[in-house]
Amino acid sequence: MNRRKALALFSGSLLLLFIIILLSLFYGAKSVSVNNVLGAFANANDLSFEALVVKERIPRTIFGILAGAALGVSGTMMQAITRNPIADPGILGVNTGAALFVVSGITFFNINTANEYIWFAIAGAALTTIFVYSIGSMGVGGATPIKLALAGAAVSAALSSLVSAVILPRTEVMNSFRFWQVGSIGAATWDNLSQTAPLLLFGLALSILLSPSLNVMALGDEMASGLGVRTGFIRMCGAAASVLLCGVTTAVAGPIGFVGLMVPHIIRLLFTSDLRILIPLSAMGGAILLTLADVAGRLLGSPGELEAGVITAFLGAPILIFVARKTKGRGV
Amino acid sequence: MYNQMKKHTIINAEFISGFLLRKKRWYHITILLGLIVLLLSLSMLMLGNTIYSPVTVLLALSGKNIQGASFAIGVLRLPRTLIGILAGFAFGIAGNTFQTMLRNPLASPDVIGVTSGTSLAAVFCMLSLGMSNGIVSILSVLAGVFVALFIYLLSRGGSFSGGRLILIGIGVQSMISAAISYFLLQASQYDVPGAMRWLSGSLNGVILEDVLPLGVVVVLGSTGILLLSRGLQILELGEITAITLGVPVHIIRITLIVLSVLLLAFSTTVTGPIAFVAFLSGPISNRLVGKGISATLPSGLMGSILVLSSDLIGQFTFDTRFPVGVITGILGAPYLLYLLIKMNKKGGVA
Repeated sequence: MNRRKALALFSGSLLLLFIIILLSLFYGAKSVSVNNVLGAFANANDLSFEALVVKERIPRTIFGILAGAALGVSGTMMQAITRNPIADPGILGVNTGAALFVVSGITFFNINTANEYIWFAIAGAALTTIFVYSIGSMGVGGATPIKLALAGAAVSAALSSLVSAVILPRTEVMNSFRFWQVGSIGAATWDNLSQTAPLLLFGLALSILLSPSLNVMALGDEMASGLGVRTGFIRMCGAAASVLLCGVTTAVAGPIGFVGLMVPHIIRLLFTSDLRILIPLSAMGGAILLTLADVAGRLLGSPGELEAGVITAFLGAPILIFVARKTKGRGV
Repeated sequence: MYNQMKKHTIINAEFISGFLLRKKRWYHITILLGLIVLLLSLSMLMLGNTIYSPVTVLLALSGKNIQGASFAIGVLRLPRTLIGILAGFAFGIAGNTFQTMLRNPLASPDVIGVTSGTSLAAVFCMLSLGMSNGIVSILSVLAGVFVALFIYLLSRGGSFSGGRLILIGIGVQSMISAAISYFLLQASQYDVPGAMRWLSGSLNGVILEDVLPLGVVVVLGSTGILLLSRGLQILELGEITAITLGVPVHIIRITLIVLSVLLLAFSTTVTGPIAFVAFLSGPISNRLVGKGISATLPSGLMGSILVLSSDLIGQFTFDTRFPVGVITGILGAPYLLYLLIKMNKKGGVA
């Protein structure tokens, strides 16, 4: 793919993202006019109902963009590092690991601020990833998709029993848990945005920095070592970036599945598998997808809302099925 | 020539004696498992807020009116015990059937999403429509069968591949669990604890009226699967071998799927999806009876044992009374991990 085409792709996706940002500000349970939106931006003291609605939607939209980008890149990185087409935070059971840690934190360590949630979620996500991956990659053939998927499904089944054991006796925890569990970016506020944004931006930047080396590693570890890439180090950094991205997102938004699975697949199918382009494009794609899912959820579910996690699951599972069918069971 | 023939006869004799040995072992194990089920049932009936002696239990069961005991045993503990036995049996047999058919111990119906179809229908009917029990069970059975066939049909095309079916099942499952979380969120806060409890699998609040329909389904379904168990054993050899041996692979597989899903779905509507029972019973009992002989019946008994013993633990060990599914989940997890690690080392998964 030449430079000009890549540039065209980026500008195209930027334009698309911009349109979706506008949609996200305008539409929802209460639709607003252009004047309201302009007013909300121009005049900080505009306290009309419409302006307040728009102001509520701003952090949510920003978080949607960041979280979507994070999930998309996280999936791409996992797929590149593990050389496995179905690696995705949701499938690897990372969400359940994060959930277990957050719930235990709430119950046993009395944590209650979003900031503390984030660190617990990251720890849970990291431990689960390492655990699932090491189980899935044991034995002949390394981490085949089917081994990884089964290890992920089995570990998350086990972890969710632990989650139930922790929350069943405690009604209040159960209540906040079910709101977290479904996966929605509606919980984002300026406050937790200021906590998460630096971490997410760091993770995204790290991923982009790693992309040339990961590209070489796609040729195989031996070839990459021969070409002067420190494969172990790169793989570790990549895994760290990927876990950071999905852990932070999960802490605030709850488990949002399949963004990391479907975005890279669609981009690879349509455009390129060159990671230098694939990673930034996955960020754009993830942002577009998640924000769009959020807007669609607000419109479909109005007067309430249909959470973004539900929508991405319904869009993404068919893609997983498609990948599974395409491999004809042989590579699987 | 003579020598060769002699050698041949000896090998044959060894083969047959090995078979007889396995058969003997199978009988011993099955009887032993049956006895354990009886023992556990007796303890379920005896233990509780008041502990009754076995004699009191037998008298109360035989219809004699004893102050307090008749109510506690006949109305509270008996349905719980019977449903535990039946549901465990159903989960065990259905799980073993799936695992044997797909030639993968990890491919139990709860891992590949068949159970979640039933859960979705039940949660939807309970929380959003507020339906009564009878309709809920019929709808959830239909949903379970539908999801299972959906997964099966999607995974066809070319030669049948267990690996593909498992991946597709996991995909379908995540779609369904997203929908379940959504319905949980829509529900009023008052209904949620009940639904969560049901979703983790629980014997609380079962009534004697549930026993008869579940019993009929379990007996019919298990008989069907037991009758087909020869076909199931041949399917385990692989699709090509099975076709060569003249087994109508497709029909047998569909019948087995439908029967297992019936068992699963009916017991799920009564108790909720009890984690890991379907998953664990098969591998444990296969290990007990050894290779080359059908483990269907022992798996069912093993399922009952798992449910009853976990329910005893859940009721009496902790300050909070945990639903049985939480206990099976936590007890099952280490075994699951052990199995995963062992299979991966052997290279048995794929």
